[in-house]
Amino acid sequence: MTENIIEVRDLVKHYPVTRGVVFKKTIGHVKAVDGVSFELKAGETLGVVGESGCGKSTLARVLMNLEKPTAGQVLYKGQDISKLSGGALRRLRRQIQLVMQDPYTSLNPRMTVGDLIGEPFEIHPEVAPKRSRRDKVKELLDLVGLNPEHINRYPHQFSGGQRQRIGIARALALRPEVIVCDEPVSALDVSIQAQVMNLLEKLQAEFGLSYVFIAHDLSVVRHLSDRVAVMYLGKMVEVGTEDEIYERPTHPYTQALLSAVPVPDPTVRESKAIIRLQGDVPSPVSPPSGCRFRTRCWKAQDVCAQEVPLLQIRRGSDHPSACHFAEKREIVATHEAA
Amino acid sequence: MSDPSTASIVSTPPATMPTEAGSGAPTNAGLPENAKKQKPRGLLGDAWRDLRRKPLFWISATFILLFVVMAAFPSLFTSGDAVNGALGRSRVEPSSSAWFGYDVQGRDVYARVIYGARASIVVALLSTILTLLFGGAMGIIAGYRGGWVDAVLSRIADIFFGLPFVLGAIVILTTFNGSGTDNGEWTIMGLVILSLTVLSWPVVMRLMRSSVLATKEADYIVAARALGAGTGRIILKHLLPNCLAPLLVYGTIMVGSFIGAEATLSFLGIGLKSPVVSWGIMISEAQNYIRVSPFLLFFPSAFLVIAVLSFVMLGEAVREALDPKLR
Repeated sequence: MTENIIEVRDLVKHYPVTRGVVFKKTIGHVKAVDGVSFELKAGETLGVVGESGCGKSTLARVLMNLEKPTAGQVLYKGQDISKLSGGALRRLRRQIQLVMQDPYTSLNPRMTVGDLIGEPFEIHPEVAPKRSRRDKVKELLDLVGLNPEHINRYPHQFSGGQRQRIGIARALALRPEVIVCDEPVSALDVSIQAQVMNLLEKLQAEFGLSYVFIAHDLSVVRHLSDRVAVMYLGKMVEVGTEDEIYERPTHPYTQALLSAVPVPDPTVRESKAIIRLQGDVPSPVSPPSGCRFRTRCWKAQDVCAQEVPLLQIRRGSDHPSACHFAEKREIVATHEAA
Repeated sequence: MSDPSTASIVSTPPATMPTEAGSGAPTNAGLPENAKKQKPRGLLGDAWRDLRRKPLFWISATFILLFVVMAAFPSLFTSGDAVNGALGRSRVEPSSSAWFGYDVQGRDVYARVIYGARASIVVALLSTILTLLFGGAMGIIAGYRGGWVDAVLSRIADIFFGLPFVLGAIVILTTFNGSGTDNGEWTIMGLVILSLTVLSWPVVMRLMRSSVLATKEADYIVAARALGAGTGRIILKHLLPNCLAPLLVYGTIMVGSFIGAEATLSFLGIGLKSPVVSWGIMISEAQNYIRVSPFLLFFPSAFLVIAVLSFVMLGEAVREALDPKLR
């Protein structure tokens, strides 16, 4: 549990905004991810939460080396993954895999389940000899709770939850060490969400996987995560263990997010204070100076506009928080930790 | 699709099918064959199983096979003379001795229709295949690479797109096949095929480019890249099968229009020339006598329509078979 399997250092990903067709002029940058650092330990689950457009999916893409970072590093066991190419990159792909958000678009509609899950073996022929591949695919189907007899079916013959299981089986095929889950359950029904999450938990115990689990649903993240990172507008605002974030949040944004989680118990609901944030998320092209949350924060003062609050442990708190005025606040227990 | 009447059609020509499925659906050539030969099935295997159960496929394939054999061995179908006639029989109506009658020059229309299949089928099929291959490849490159490659290829395509079809063909063919030149039958056919291809590939390229653009950002392509798939695998296994449908439809329609285009060029005197026979030449000759001897127009047109319909139906059947959701 002590070894860092992935280390992210000051990761920055900016997308240029261009104008003009023939003579392209860069008129600005979308600062999708702007200085994110964290580490992932072997066998650990790191939950990443944040609202739409805060850079979660971009973070996943950079972690998967599908996009090159503008600055900063992603280290896999000390190796900078964005500098890898050719054979080294192929070997890395075996270790880090991706489960995508939408099970309806992430499977090629013209491939059978056998071909879909077997594709990793074709791309990395050294993993399994040709003759054993068919059996491996069946094993994987069995592992994720699908009928191995359905190997010749096409994705459209399955339900959303079943398709997501196919996606998970495909990610598992190469026996990776890390799986980046980019909102793997947000497109599914609540009852199916639980099944898929339980499956992910079971697989983690079985294979010692590490997850980077991206979601916008706090309760989903709590169910799975050892540690949780809260993102806002390309930056991490608070990182801590599950208890630290859910029971003792210190950043106003985290507090606002938690207060919005529905409470099933009507008697408790009465006593719950809801923090309503004003306005919208500012444009990532020109984020506010200083603290990015200050435009919507009820605690904002002059210092927030001038100084960028660092993600560090502050007085009266036990985990890093990027707020000049970080302090605990009574949040009604949202629900049972699952 | 599994009623008993289908079964009887299925059993008719069993051994000959694989060869002409290849000739009827040329665009499949780019699809990788599934190496695995045992019980596991892939898209192509499933498509073939599906096709075998479709009467429409068997009917159209039989006709196409018939036309191909006609083009290759016309003497199997007729012993008549397609080139020499006797003026005394000029425009004699169909009868039991000459089923389709005789044309203005007293030549046997039946023999000419049979012999005309070769030029029409060869020109139409080859130019369709070439157009699909060339335009498709350009479209994939432009769509997949994007950026300046796309810009350059698209502008080149626009230049060819801007040439009016007849004018462009006249320029190309009068340069290489003007009056006074003495090119052989196959050289002229090659030139006609070439000019048809050169002037129609931009349409195919645009079709392909737009489907590639729509598909290449799809999640399953991202997933394949995350698995470490190379460009070749992504194009062959993911892009092509998902972008092929519009091309297949357009290709089958193109076969018909190319038979007509070949006729137009022959009519203008820059395509195939007498004594070479083609359906297009026959139709353009017959139109002067449409009121007095309509049968001269009817028989070559009927063959043309049947050929075009067969290709369209085959294309439709193949397209449906390649889409798992339509099975």
